[in-house]
Amino acid sequence: MNMYQGIKMALGSIMSNKLRAFLTMLGIMIGVASVISLVSLGQGSTQKVTEQVQSLGSNLLTVNVTGRGAQTSLSYDEVLTLQEKPGIDAVAPVVSSRVTVKAGNKNTEVTVEGTDASYETVRDFHAQEGRFLLPIDVQFRQKVALLGASTAEELFGFVSPLNNYVQINGIPFKVVGVLEEKGDSMSGANDEKVIIPISTAERILASPGVRTIYVQAESPEQVEMAEAQLEAMLTKKFKGDEDSYRIFNQQDLLESVSSVNSTLTMMLSGIAGISLLVGGIGIMNIMLVSVTERTREIGIRKAIGAKKRDILFQFLIESVVLSGLGGLIGVALGVGGAYAIGHFSDTSVVFSWDVTLLSFGFSLFVGIFFGLFPANKAANLKPIEALRFE
Amino acid sequence: MKSESPGPLIRIEGLSKWYQMGGETIKALDCVSLTVYQGDFVAIIGPSGSGKSTLMNMIGCLDVPTEGSYRLDGVEISAMNDNQLADIRNTKIGFIFQGFNLLPKLTAIENVELPLIYRGVPTRKRKAMAMDALEKVGLGERMHHRPSELSGGQQQRVAIARALAANPPILLADEPTGALDTKTGKEVLEMIQHINGQGHTIVLITHDLSIAQQAKRVIRIQDGKLYEDWSDAG
Ligand SMILES: Nc1ncnc2c1ncn2[C@@H]1O[C@H](COP(=O)(O)OP(=O)(O)OP(=O)(O)O)[C@@H](O)[C@H]1O
Ligand SMILES: [Mg+2]
Repeated sequence: MNMYQGIKMALGSIMSNKLRAFLTMLGIMIGVASVISLVSLGQGSTQKVTEQVQSLGSNLLTVNVTGRGAQTSLSYDEVLTLQEKPGIDAVAPVVSSRVTVKAGNKNTEVTVEGTDASYETVRDFHAQEGRFLLPIDVQFRQKVALLGASTAEELFGFVSPLNNYVQINGIPFKVVGVLEEKGDSMSGANDEKVIIPISTAERILASPGVRTIYVQAESPEQVEMAEAQLEAMLTKKFKGDEDSYRIFNQQDLLESVSSVNSTLTMMLSGIAGISLLVGGIGIMNIMLVSVTERTREIGIRKAIGAKKRDILFQFLIESVVLSGLGGLIGVALGVGGAYAIGHFSDTSVVFSWDVTLLSFGFSLFVGIFFGLFPANKAANLKPIEALRFE
Repeated sequence: MKSESPGPLIRIEGLSKWYQMGGETIKALDCVSLTVYQGDFVAIIGPSGSGKSTLMNMIGCLDVPTEGSYRLDGVEISAMNDNQLADIRNTKIGFIFQGFNLLPKLTAIENVELPLIYRGVPTRKRKAMAMDALEKVGLGERMHHRPSELSGGQQQRVAIARALAANPPILLADEPTGALDTKTGKEVLEMIQHINGQGHTIVLITHDLSIAQQAKRVIRIQDGKLYEDWSDAG
């Protein structure tokens, strides 16, 4: 008996009981569909987070100062000395505070960040309209401000805020630029803020010290060098108290985020894999029932010359066709489901062929593995006993 | 079909089949001997439980004896494994059962094709052979009907076509008319006689003397022992 005949026979017997075949396949279908859609979702979120972290710049180091005793921050001048250190390309100190910003009769509560011109390159954060801060703004303590995209819209609607005035803590600032839209990221809401010159901020804000420094290393390879320099300067400043500051390395963050995500993906695929296994057990169950029901058929086939392997093959193909068909439908459902989720919610979905092929292959394997036992049982039936079976 | 066999087609010598039932041994066949030559038509007749089906299973290579020798077409069967037995059933023997034993989900022609599939006959040739066999039993018009759409007599004729399709030298019929009314039973029997006329060797099992008497040879079986009934011969 050849492959083609075997598949034809298997399809014939599957088609003769469609509802049962469908129910048998259901477990595999759900298993494959959930592997594909869950992994797509998991990879989607990994990619999104990775992109967010990378958008902060891969050479970027972030220093948060909490301080020690009365010494809770650094001064602008202290920070500027870092710029000269080997491995460090640029630094952008930030003085920040929550304030109320007013424009006309509208007001909103946002974070004001006082910084200087290097912020633009270090954080790769540009003005979509107008200009960024210039060194001259810092030098002369200009009362100029850049608005985050959302803040601009909130205060000015669709009118361009350029050259209009906003009031920060009651002091009027001229709007010179609107920041590009960045969306929310790990470092908070990027679009709801106001940027002003650091020298001005030191004057008007309640907490004038620098507590956040963005540092750009000269290259990704120099990140460690830059980190060591920062480390040296800060331990000296805080007299060896390592708890008074923290240095975040973009690379470390990326690694921990992706390791969390891959653990999550693995757990999801584990659960989905278990459901595939359960689907396989379902197939075995039905195949065993089917072997019992068809004992007489097996007897007839054997009487007219079917060999052990013909019967084995027939039932094995049947279970592989069942699981394979279930796998195919599962792939369709999984891919469709992943796209639907990506389309109808703002969750990002990354579809992967590897996982699709793998789970389809696994469903075939499940068919073979769980089909072997029933098929073997059928093949080993004694022809006379099978014929006598009612 | 083999045209010229030097020895007998079936040679059974001192063959026994025992069944263990609890502590008791049932001798379903007790040291029987039987020789059948090609072209013969043998009827085996005996009461219920006498061992007819057991003998049939031995001749049909569905089971192996406990003791004794069975040579089919010169080949010793007792020592064969399952696969070899399957091959012999496929090429040497055509079965006709009391209950037809057709596969209900297959059409008439698909049923007839089955032994040819297991023999590995290519599709086109197989279809032609199956059609041929169905036409021989007068079912050329009913090829694509399923067993449930056929009368009992027609179903038995499909079964005969299936047994004939692979052109085996021996046809084994276990109460082929048992499930049929007298008239269709007679038709089926005539068909079997006709097949015998074409050179096929036939072993027919029955408990009906009038049917047995249609055969060339009648053998009685009683409590697992054979008695040749020469008086009915010829
Ligand atoms: N698998 C078995 N296990 C135990 N005993 C068996 C088995 N098969 C047959 N027998 C016994 O062997 C004897 C012969 O049985 P067999 O089926 O050959 O009878 P038979 O002549 O075909 O009867 P019937 O006309 O009723 O079909 C019986 O006593 C039966 O009980
Ligand atoms: Mg019987």
